[in-house]
Amino acid sequence: MSVSVQTLFFAAYRDLLGTGSLSVQLDEGATVADLVRELRGRGAPFDGLPAEPAVAVNRTYAPLDEPLGAGDEVAFIPPVAGG
Amino acid sequence: MTWASIVTAPIVPEDVLARVGSDEDGAAILFLGVVRDHADGRAVSGMRYDAYREMADSVLAGIAVEAAERLGTERVAVVHRTGELNVGEVSVAIAVSSPHRAQAFEASRYVIEEIKKRLPIWKKEHYADGEEAWVAGAVPPGVGS
Repeated sequence: MSVSVQTLFFAAYRDLLGTGSLSVQLDEGATVADLVRELRGRGAPFDGLPAEPAVAVNRTYAPLDEPLGAGDEVAFIPPVAGG
Repeated sequence: MTWASIVTAPIVPEDVLARVGSDEDGAAILFLGVVRDHADGRAVSGMRYDAYREMADSVLAGIAVEAAERLGTERVAVVHRTGELNVGEVSVAIAVSSPHRAQAFEASRYVIEEIKKRLPIWKKEHYADGEEAWVAGAVPPGVGS
């Protein structure tokens, strides 16, 4: 069984990857860390993402060991610079 | 009620200030964040702000509520603008009123500092020489690196 999550990329990450969103297939029970490993394992330019990025799952900041489920929205959050 | 909003249209500071205030308040303050014309010795011609809009709405609303709890009243209003801004334009406005000035200053300071720590907004500086770069930001507490 695999689940599909929607990933979002902003600012410098969006520029790095040339896209703002991707659908990614993961094994059931996968965590945010597994998602990061899957993406970085694709090589350039994905390996330019940090190994331990800040992420938000369904619009709330989440730790790397957060489990993911089908349809989750996972945003990669570069260091923020509001104000 | 606290009030928080992410907008694309120009911010009108007096409209934000008008959202706070009460007959029991002896202090009302307005903080403005403004695009300046230099950064680290380079001339800046403008700034672009991008947001994770759906999340930024809830994070900013949460920050306003937290500030109100610290203040002990609910008269906190904050608005952040996104899109292309010129030098001198207002990027963020925070208005707070309270019975005494210390609470208003503290709450206003809390809102701007928390915005800088964890509001999912990014800014790209446009330099006078035609180059541009994302401004180095802050890693939100407790997540990633």
